[in-house]
Amino acid sequence: MNIIVLMKQVPDTTEVRIDPVTNTLVREGVPSIINPFDENAIEAGIELVEQHGGKCTALTMGPPQAEEALRRALAMGVDEAILVCGREFAGADTWATSYTLAQAVKKIGEYDLLICGKQTFEGDTAQVGPGVAEQLGIPQATYAIEVAIDGRKMQVKRVLEDRYETLEIRLPALISVVKQINEPRHPRLKNVMAAKKKPITVWGVADLDVKPNLIGLAGSPTGVVRIFAPERTHKGEILEGETPVVVDKLVEKLRQLEVV
Amino acid sequence: MAIVTDASKCTGCMLCARACPYEGIVVEDKVPSLTETCTYCGACVSACKFEALRQERPPKEDTDTSAYRGLWVVAEHDDNRLAHVTRELLGEAQRLTADLAEPVTLVLIGHGVEDLIAPAAAAGADRVLLVQHEVLKDYRTGPYTDVLCGLVEARKPEIVLFGATAQGRDFAPRCASRLVAGLTADCTQLGIDVDRRLLVQTRPAFGGNIMATILTEHSRPQMATVRPKVMRPIPPREGVTPEIDEVVVHLDERAVATKILEVARQERHHVNLADAEIIVSGGRGLKKPENFDMIFDLADALGAAVGASRATVDAGWIPAYHQVGQTGTTVQPKIYVACGISGAIQHLAGMQTSEVIIAINDDADAPIFKVATYGIVGDLFEVIPALTEAIRRQQ
Repeated sequence: MNIIVLMKQVPDTTEVRIDPVTNTLVREGVPSIINPFDENAIEAGIELVEQHGGKCTALTMGPPQAEEALRRALAMGVDEAILVCGREFAGADTWATSYTLAQAVKKIGEYDLLICGKQTFEGDTAQVGPGVAEQLGIPQATYAIEVAIDGRKMQVKRVLEDRYETLEIRLPALISVVKQINEPRHPRLKNVMAAKKKPITVWGVADLDVKPNLIGLAGSPTGVVRIFAPERTHKGEILEGETPVVVDKLVEKLRQLEVV
Repeated sequence: MAIVTDASKCTGCMLCARACPYEGIVVEDKVPSLTETCTYCGACVSACKFEALRQERPPKEDTDTSAYRGLWVVAEHDDNRLAHVTRELLGEAQRLTADLAEPVTLVLIGHGVEDLIAPAAAAGADRVLLVQHEVLKDYRTGPYTDVLCGLVEARKPEIVLFGATAQGRDFAPRCASRLVAGLTADCTQLGIDVDRRLLVQTRPAFGGNIMATILTEHSRPQMATVRPKVMRPIPPREGVTPEIDEVVVHLDERAVATKILEVARQERHHVNLADAEIIVSGGRGLKKPENFDMIFDLADALGAAVGASRATVDAGWIPAYHQVGQTGTTVQPKIYVACGISGAIQHLAGMQTSEVIIAINDDADAPIFKVATYGIVGDLFEVIPALTEAIRRQQ
């Protein structure tokens, strides 16, 4: 069972704020973390290897400091870590990222299953997983909450808006996982220390079979033309008075909203 | 390379460096320069007030954009009913197409779905591209992608819209990847740049803390998924007979890599946060797990779904699928009632775009009041039961 986990290092966006004066992102002191859903993907990969044997490889594309995130994945228990890194890859949108990661997966060679988180924390697009699967021509099951491997097939329970759907899917395949699939382990100190010494493979543009016009900014069909703070037309009203009074006031508001 | 700096215009104000989410730009002695970590996201270009930074995109000269015409909406349906998001998209498409002077086409893929044509026409479909086959009875990534990509390659629409639902977010990126098309996720605002026939796509990023406007300038089609509950359907059109274009496809079940073994519908009530018009959420202010009963009672009275803060889910008071927020479900109901929720940023990021926010909390300084439309500073153990009873009396 060869498993590749696709992961990303992201800014911890719960701490990203817009400066009300300059209208720009406050960047100072925002730590980098493994995208939380990707921690579930790593846990799922490690658990499947524990059950079925084989090898779990973590793969990411990012700047040199994404190595930190890979070290944490190694501490959690992945066997190998690969960083795709280089100026040429910068500015990639989800299309170019999918293409690049797919070429890296092809270079890794044999695999049975790719696992990623359902989406990243900062972009929230959920597009790279299906994009990679398409580039590799393998089936996908998104929003997985339970998985069971049975030979060359796999059963995946997916969580959708109003239902669970259980799919049988041929391997090799890609799944994206939701938070509820597992509880990611906290690496032990001993493993954290050991992970610091493990090698991390770094692949640059020369190491991958990629076309220059399909990577980075040049390979990105979409482009951000403007970033701005969301308008907040907030005009809040505090309802005052004793409980029966405020309840009456609120019910009146609900009546105006036509819900009671 | 792609972000061009002009030091002669730089005043050294550092707005760019502060705007950058990736430490990708530094300014020394009024000379901006990009660092290793620049992703070309353009945050610095937007921040610069002095035109010292410019973004340049290499043209994709191989796409003849004028060969692509028309606006498509990809239908989502279930149980022989058109999904609400599809009506919303048809309404939005009608507004957009006023600038494009093209009919709105609904792509309807399924099996035995003829009954959906009339409601689709009423909702804004001028043409229906109908593809029916047994294999297409239920949505599955593989065959649906094959069908839609084939239609796009043959008929060349300039814009293709999907709902940003679990299905749309599974389907659209697969097609965009194959078609080498730009795809913008989860748009909350769309417009048309008439001169260049560009879809101007605006979406939240960083958990709603910033908005980004995105263009697909040089490749076609321009694809987007659109967040449900944001666009508005048009009033039903009467007496519209759509042009129906039925496409015959040849599919073989044996070639499909996935099989649906089981579908277990959840009780929609209480849990379907993404679709709920009203959500009542509980937080740590409830003090004990059993006090969630109060939240369920109020939700029952309002016909609402039940949400929860991350703290209560982490404490095991309520299952994780109730969680609202950045690591849970992002919601945008008409009314969001936050009970005993202080309003951590990660929670606000998941609900602050709700139309009306009602906050009940005993701490007047709680951040939730900063986003609340109506706030009650008080003891929720008194207020909530009284409110539930008052609502029941009204009905």
